[in-house]
Order: sequence, then C-alpha cells, then structure tokens
Amino acid sequence: MTSPRTVLGLTLLAALLAAAPARAEEAAPPQQPCDVPAYLLASDSSLPKVTEAVRGGQPLDVLVVGSRSSTIPQNEASAYPAKLLAALKEKLPAATVNLSVEIQAKTTAEETSGTLVKLVEAKKPTLVIWQTGTVDAMRSVDPDDFRTAVDDGVVALRNAGTDVVLVNLQYSPRTETMISAPPYLDILRAVAQQHDVPLFDRFAIMRQWNDAGYFDLFSTSHGVELAKQVHACLGSALSKFVIDAAHLGPVQQN
Amino acid sequence: MNSIADPIAGAPADAKASKTEAAKTEATKAKAAALAITLPAAGERELRLDLFRGLALWLIFIDHLPPNLLTWLTIRNYGFSDATEIFIFISGYTAAFVYGRAMLESGFVIATARILRRVWQIYVAHVFLFTIFLAEISYVATSFENPLYTEEMGIMDFLKQPDVTIVQALLLRFRPVNMDVLPLYIVLMLFLPVILWLMKWKPDVTLGLSVLLYALTWQFDLYLSAYPNGFWAFNPFAWQLLFVFGAWCALGGARRMTRILASNITMWICIVYLVAAFFVTLTWYVPQLGHIMPKRIEQWMYPISKTDLDVLRFAHFLALAALTVRVLPRDWPGLKSPWLRPLILCGQHSLEIFCLGVFLAFAGHFVLAEVSGGAALHALISVCGILIMWGMAWIISWYKHSADKNASRTKGAGGNADLAGGGGGA
Repeated sequence: MTSPRTVLGLTLLAALLAAAPARAEEAAPPQQPCDVPAYLLASDSSLPKVTEAVRGGQPLDVLVVGSRSSTIPQNEASAYPAKLLAALKEKLPAATVNLSVEIQAKTTAEETSGTLVKLVEAKKPTLVIWQTGTVDAMRSVDPDDFRTAVDDGVVALRNAGTDVVLVNLQYSPRTETMISAPPYLDILRAVAQQHDVPLFDRFAIMRQWNDAGYFDLFSTSHGVELAKQVHACLGSALSKFVIDAAHLGPVQQN
Repeated sequence: MNSIADPIAGAPADAKASKTEAAKTEATKAKAAALAITLPAAGERELRLDLFRGLALWLIFIDHLPPNLLTWLTIRNYGFSDATEIFIFISGYTAAFVYGRAMLESGFVIATARILRRVWQIYVAHVFLFTIFLAEISYVATSFENPLYTEEMGIMDFLKQPDVTIVQALLLRFRPVNMDVLPLYIVLMLFLPVILWLMKWKPDVTLGLSVLLYALTWQFDLYLSAYPNGFWAFNPFAWQLLFVFGAWCALGGARRMTRILASNITMWICIVYLVAAFFVTLTWYVPQLGHIMPKRIEQWMYPISKTDLDVLRFAHFLALAALTVRVLPRDWPGLKSPWLRPLILCGQHSLEIFCLGVFLAFAGHFVLAEVSGGAALHALISVCGILIMWGMAWIISWYKHSADKNASRTKGAGGNADLAGGGGGA
C-alpha cells in the first residue's frame, strides 16, 4: 500500500514543481512598456492574401470590424485601428495601406456575422480584423450559439476571399465580477484553431501589461490618457502580429 | 443561517443508520480492516468529507478573486475539473446520507419537508448575497469612469431597470457572475426528494436515469434560460449527474465499487489520465508549449464545457476522487491533525462559509480596485479571506457546541447539518 502512495505523492510533487518554473517564466516582465512576450504574438496560422498583396505590390486594404472596445469615444484617431494603420504604413513603406473601421456597438457575433458578407462586398478588403466576444459575454449568449456565429462569420469571410484575424475581449479586471469572459475566450481560441486563423489575444496581452505594472487597468481614476496609451500599444502589437503572420518581416527589412 | 441541525436531529442512530454507516465506511476503503469498523460510534463524522468540502470552499474563494499568487495553488490549474465538482459531489453525498436516513426512518413526507426547509435556507442565503452584490455594483457604476472600458460598463445597464432585475433575481434567472453555485444547488436540492425516493427503490436505475438525462442534455442541448438573456452558467440538467452520483455513492454505491477502487489498474488509469490532463492544462498557461498538442486532439477536445459538465471534467473528478480515497483512508491520522482543523471546520459549516466566501470575494475585488497594490496585496487579501473564513467557522462551531448547547435538541448525532443539508453525522 505504501509504495503506490509514495509514487503518487512524488508524481504530484513533481507535477507541482514542474509548474513552478513555467509560471516564473511567464511572469518575467518584458524589457520595455508596450512590449509583448514573443509567444503572445506568435501564430502558426498565416495570412496568404496579405502576403500576396504586399509582395505583389497591390494595395493592402484592411477592414476592422468590432464593437465599442475597438474605439475610444471622441478619440477615434487614438484608437487601436488608427494606430495599426500608422504602424503598418511605417513598417511596410513600399506598400499602399488603407484601413477602414466598422464599429457595430452592442452587436453580438451572430448579428455581426450576418453583415460581414455585405461589408466585404462593399469594401473588398484584403484582410478583415474581426474583434468580437465582448457583447456576447456581457449578454451571456449561449456559448454554442456564439461558436456557431463566429464559425459562420469566419467561413463567410474566407469564402469571400479575404484573410481573417480574430481579436478577443479586453482584459477588464474591474468588471470581472460581472462579465464572465473565459467561455468566450476559449471559443475564439477553438474557432481560430479549427479554421487556421490567427487570433490576436488582446485579453492575454492586456493582462500581461497589467501584471507587469505598465498599466494599472484596475484603477478608476484614469482619464482618456490611459485608454490612448493602451490603444497605441495594442495597435503597435497588432501590426507586429499581422506582419509576422503574413511572413513579411524579413523581406521588408532587407 | 440558523439551526440547520434539524435534518438529523430526530434521527437516532439505530440499526438502519448503522447499515448506512457500514455502506459508507466500506465505500471509503477496500481494506480488510473495513469490515471491522462498519459500526462506528454514531457521533463520529466522516472527516474526509468535511476536509475536502472545506478545501473546495477555500479554492472557490480563491478562484473568485482576481488571479494572484494563490490562484496557482488551485486545482483548476492542474487539470480539467475544479473545486465546484468537489463541492457538488460532496453535497450530493452528504445530502443523500442525511435525508436518505430521514426518509428511511420518517418517511417521504417528513424527509421532503426537511429538504424543503433546507432549500428555503439556501434561497434566503442567495438573496442575501444578491443584495450585497447589488450594493457593490451600484457603487462601481456610479464611481467608475474609464474611457477604456466604456463598452464593458454597459453591463451596469440593468441598474436602469431595478424592478425587473430584482424580480428576475428572486426567480433565480438573473445571476451575477460568481453567484451561480447556490441557484444550482437550490434546484438540485428541490429534486432531492424524488432522487432519494427513486434511490430507495433502485439505486442503479436512478443513476442510470441521471446518466440518461445527462446524455439527453448533450444531445438535445437542454438548458435553463437566464435573464436578460443567455443561460444558467451551471446547467442543472448536466450537473445533476455529479449530485446524483454523490447520492448513489452515499447510499451504498461506493461500497460496491470498493474492488474497482482498490485495483491497481484503476489507480494507474487515474494517474495516467491526471498526468495527461495536467499537461494539457499546462499548454493553456504556457502557450509556448501550444504547438506540442496535436491539432486533431485539440479540435476534438475543445471547448471543454464547464456549463454542461464536460465528460472530460467529470472523468477528471472521478480520477481525483478515486486516488484520494485510495491515498487517504478513512482512519488517516492526519485528519486529527491541528493543521487540517481549519479546513475541516470550514467544511462542517459549508453554507455559511460558502456565502462568506462569495462576500469576501466581492470585498476583495473592491479593495483591490480602491487600493492599487501589487501582487503582494493580492496574495494578502486571499490569505486574510481564508483566515476570516476559518475564524467564522470557529465561531459558528462555538455557537453550536457551547452557546446553543442547552437549546439544541441534537445530542451526539454528529451535530450540525450544513450546505448539504447535513454534515453527514456519521
């Protein structure tokens, strides 16, 4: 009787010990504010249309579809889509980059999903960046329905001939007691894996910034400055993410 | 919560009781010695149940706080299942044990009456917690303005319609995050009379029906809707499986499983499954490892639904439970150790401590939001919360054993019932 118990005890102990260094590694803060650990920006999925457009000298048309967390009220020029455009232009000087933003406030994934095809037909983007999940989490939409909606949306976009990047929820510690994000984060991750679509993990990135102390996302007392800074960092991180996923980095730098 | 001692108050331990005792004792361990201790003193509690329920309460509290250092100690980081499974299973076990005895001795009507009183107590506790939640939300809504979170603040919109919201909360349809366990528990307890009645007739058929309902839930996507939209975060149609399984174990099922539990094959299957689950979980927290996971397995496995008690979660809980029963025998001397005393105390008063935990989690959020502190403050709040839970459990215990001693009708029957409707005075 003793030996299996000992074995089990040791196994569990080993498991705990194995977890400890992993945690330490994750918690190690990046070098500068705004920096995002490489693994949060790595994606196995690619963006072939973006690669093709930039390499072929075609204009790169980006369409950001999102809810209100994709903008800052009265400060649209400081929100992450605008910052993304600026960063892309800077990093891809040879390319023509256009970006339009479609904000659909208080709209669930299901409602947005139905409008995507028309949007794509009207704007003919190379890349659609679809930020979703927040409204669904706030309304506790049935996760199965959410999954179907995102699934349909991604398939529709793919069929319409555009690349897709999914963007998940913001990390919002103050509303954690009220909004249950995890099911929706999981589903976005699952759908991204299933369709081989890059997922920009906004939630994990913002939490990383908060944990590292760059931004105090808990605080009540910030004005619009905090929002501007966070969005600037998000835009810059998203530009790196897109360029990486489209494998454009080395080519452009040379 | 007042005298919850009633459920077992009128239940003198006699032949029938000790029969159930025997079931439970044996259930716990397949040791040869088990036969010798099938008739323990009536006042002796099954401390392991208290211990693990106490542990579940602490873990639920820590999981309800924003992630901090202590969060890494909670089991959800090391596998699929978490403290909720432990809690619901033990609740089913103790509830069946206490009210099952009542049903055998006093009949269906009396047992049902006692169960309904218990349901009422849990309901009142839930409403009390909701009031506190409302106060917190209202404060946050009026004091918090951060342009970064304009969208998320929309969650406060329900405050514009307090009439509807409060009525929906009383109907258990409006449940804020972290307040889903008690409504689930209320519904499960409401059906306990039927479950016990069926169990008395044929335990295995009852368990079979429970599995069938679980399967139908998955097949036909049964759920309870919530307000203003959405669904119950813990689907009672699915979670009843754990509760009924707990009840089944308490009423003799565990005893019949002793051979399976004692087998080395079972042990190794459990260990292999737990280790595999651990590595899968590791890939969530260390995304660098993500590419190791084969895509096909990921696509088959995700998402692992907590709402509908995914089979992977249920299996993970079973594996944990099987190993625990094996590693910690009923007469493990550590159970008497003063170090585990706080946990056992908390487990013995689980409704009170559960509610306190939810309240403390709200309070903890509040403090963290008002005082910007680092990781140290986060951890400190967790530790303080646990100390408060322990202190409260000690005070309640003192009330029951000393202050209320004269008033108590219970003597030697193992004392107080708790969230399960009985501390399993075994």
